[in-house]
Amino acid sequence: MMITDYLPIFIFLVVAVGFALVTIFLSSIIGKRKITPQKMIPYECGMDPIGQARKPFSVKFYIIAMLFIIFDIEAVFLYPWAVIFKELKIFGLVEMAIFIAILLVGFVYVWKKGALEWE
Amino acid sequence: MFETFLFVLLAVVTTIAAILVIVQRNPVASAIYLIITLFCLAGIYLLLSAPFIAVIQVLVYAGAIMVLFLFVIMLLNLEKEKKLIYRNRLQKVLGVFLGGVLLAQIGMIFSSVLLEGSKGKFPAEKVAALGNTEVVARLLFTDFLLPFEIVSVLLLVAIVGAIVLAKKQI
Amino acid sequence: MNLVIPEINWSAIGPELTLSITAMVLLLLSVVASPTARRAIPYLSLLGIAFALLLCISLWGKSAYAFNRMVVLDNYALFFKIIFLITTALTVLMSIRYLKEQGYEHGEYYVLILFAAVGMMFMASAADLIIVFLGLETFSLAIYVLAGFFRAQPKSIESSLKYFLLGAFSTGFLLYGIALIYGATGTTNLKGIYEFVSKAPALTDPLLLIGMGLLIVGFGFKVASVPFHMWTPDVYEGAPTSITAFMSVGPKAAGFAAFLRVFLYALSPLQTDWIWILWVLAVLTMTLGNVVAIAQKNIKRMLAYSSIAHAGYILVAMVAADELGTASVLYYMLAYAFMNLGAFGVIILFGRKGEENVNISDYSGMAAKYPLLAAVMAIFMFSLAGIPPTAGFVGKFYIFSAAVKAGYIGLAIIGVLNSALSVYFYLRITVMMYMRSPEKEFAKLEPSPAMVIALIIAVFGTLQIGITPSHYLNLAKQSILALM
Repeated sequence: MMITDYLPIFIFLVVAVGFALVTIFLSSIIGKRKITPQKMIPYECGMDPIGQARKPFSVKFYIIAMLFIIFDIEAVFLYPWAVIFKELKIFGLVEMAIFIAILLVGFVYVWKKGALEWE
Repeated sequence: MFETFLFVLLAVVTTIAAILVIVQRNPVASAIYLIITLFCLAGIYLLLSAPFIAVIQVLVYAGAIMVLFLFVIMLLNLEKEKKLIYRNRLQKVLGVFLGGVLLAQIGMIFSSVLLEGSKGKFPAEKVAALGNTEVVARLLFTDFLLPFEIVSVLLLVAIVGAIVLAKKQI
Repeated sequence: MNLVIPEINWSAIGPELTLSITAMVLLLLSVVASPTARRAIPYLSLLGIAFALLLCISLWGKSAYAFNRMVVLDNYALFFKIIFLITTALTVLMSIRYLKEQGYEHGEYYVLILFAAVGMMFMASAADLIIVFLGLETFSLAIYVLAGFFRAQPKSIESSLKYFLLGAFSTGFLLYGIALIYGATGTTNLKGIYEFVSKAPALTDPLLLIGMGLLIVGFGFKVASVPFHMWTPDVYEGAPTSITAFMSVGPKAAGFAAFLRVFLYALSPLQTDWIWILWVLAVLTMTLGNVVAIAQKNIKRMLAYSSIAHAGYILVAMVAADELGTASVLYYMLAYAFMNLGAFGVIILFGRKGEENVNISDYSGMAAKYPLLAAVMAIFMFSLAGIPPTAGFVGKFYIFSAAVKAGYIGLAIIGVLNSALSVYFYLRITVMMYMRSPEKEFAKLEPSPAMVIALIIAVFGTLQIGITPSHYLNLAKQSILALM
């Protein structure tokens, strides 16, 4: 692969970013501006907002995110494995089985520990 | 030529975004700039003909790890601490001075000698011809078989650690 | 490009494998077994350790590369593995009652200790910088968590966080060093690096030199040498005492195991470049450790600074770098494991929940009430100070005579002076125990059988290695042949 092969992705990125910037820029010069307190609240009709949007998150999210990353990294190793799986034959299957089995121990632990439940 | 231009562009954006990460008052804004930094790094990996690492960078770092960052920022909700920014004139002056000295040192090294490493088994042209992911895979699952399996033990330790430190009841 | 499947040599990683499997089985047991069956976890982990120890002994004398030169099986690795296994076993024995008292009787504790031991063992047998890095990360990660195991105590969490932040930072240095060395030599394999460096015409490649410097930073942090020692006192003070004991010996030994193999073997052609760095580090480490230890009031902090000082003595032996010098590193590490773990064992036994008794003044008058415990503590203090006939004395003797033989007379003199200085704060505890009247009522001590066994082993080790040193020095000399 040459770097020029990524040109479409690059152009796409430029267009996407450019579109967003242009829209913001245009609306700030073309649009009328008349700020009223009513306009500034999150929902103009319906519920009145209570307190702030920034509330401390529960630590539960943290555990889930942490576990997600760990298993995400596990999944990353599967990509290169899939590329040469055919050549590695049974040897590749065994080594990946050991890798997954070790992490499966962790998964069983997490499950039985009840860390996946919303306590 | 085109590649040089791309590299300079990415390097400049990476550095500016990295500086913005540390000067922001708002931690969420810092996190967003960090995402830009990580994305640009992925671009630099692409230029080094390492598309596999580039994709991993976006998937794991800019994706999963940034989510964790944001969770932690929101978990802590640093509204009050934001105002308590630690200011120490002497530390600032000293920091800038020492940083400058380090920069000068690095500059001197680069201007006096050409840093040239020795080529390993897989120079960029060869990797580009074979396909990056495939080269990584061939090495990872044969020569680096043992490190690969140790990684799974390392991840298992991380799982146990996360539960032991963060779960409500253990 | 053909796929070459590497030779699989299970026996080379036998001890690591045994402990990993034990740890995984115990991890599953800790969630599926009934609460009564879970009490067996520490004893089962001891069983695993004993099995690994037997395996190490049966492998003694063999030498082989395995997994495409990723790990090496030699006496050097086995010697260190035996140190790690002894450390782990003693830590487990000392923890059983302690965890129960503190209310943290969780199986994960033992699982993490076993995984930490696995990481350390990989570090000792690493023949590739990648394995060095992975081993280091594995045991560091486990110990970061263990330091914060007493989750309800802010000090424990603080210790964990400090160790983690600084540790992650230092691992970054190590990794950067590895990357630069890879850039300079084109390989991460220690043998490959050695061949490259010894063939290279001019050894002034800045990449290689910067990489070497960064490796010194990374290893220096793990062995707690000045100026990379800042974390030590706070982390040692806040962590559960049993974990303090574990991390004052295990990571230090593991750090030195890899440090020696990388510098005395792979980077040995660069010796003239790194020896002066280590010389300075050794002097700073010994001096700062001993001087600051004098001022400490908390015994855990005092032992933290003392452990810094001991890293300095070992660096002296590394500077000597000849046969006796290298062998004395191994000898000293073995002696240090017994005496330091023993001292922490006494601290654990002497404290209890709510009344930790970690101030040095708490020890005054202890001998009148507990003569046996005081005598045991005195033995460890004598050994740490380097007073005959203990292991600590012989260890220091070997180290300083190696330094003199190699021509570093100045360094040896500084070392001896430091050693004399250290006698003050070690003996202060003995004086407190024997010659002062108690400041308060002592609560009743109830030593658990496991703790008694651990202390007996530690005392026996400290005296045995000190009384018949030549046998152990010969073992150490056999072990270092792989590096020479």
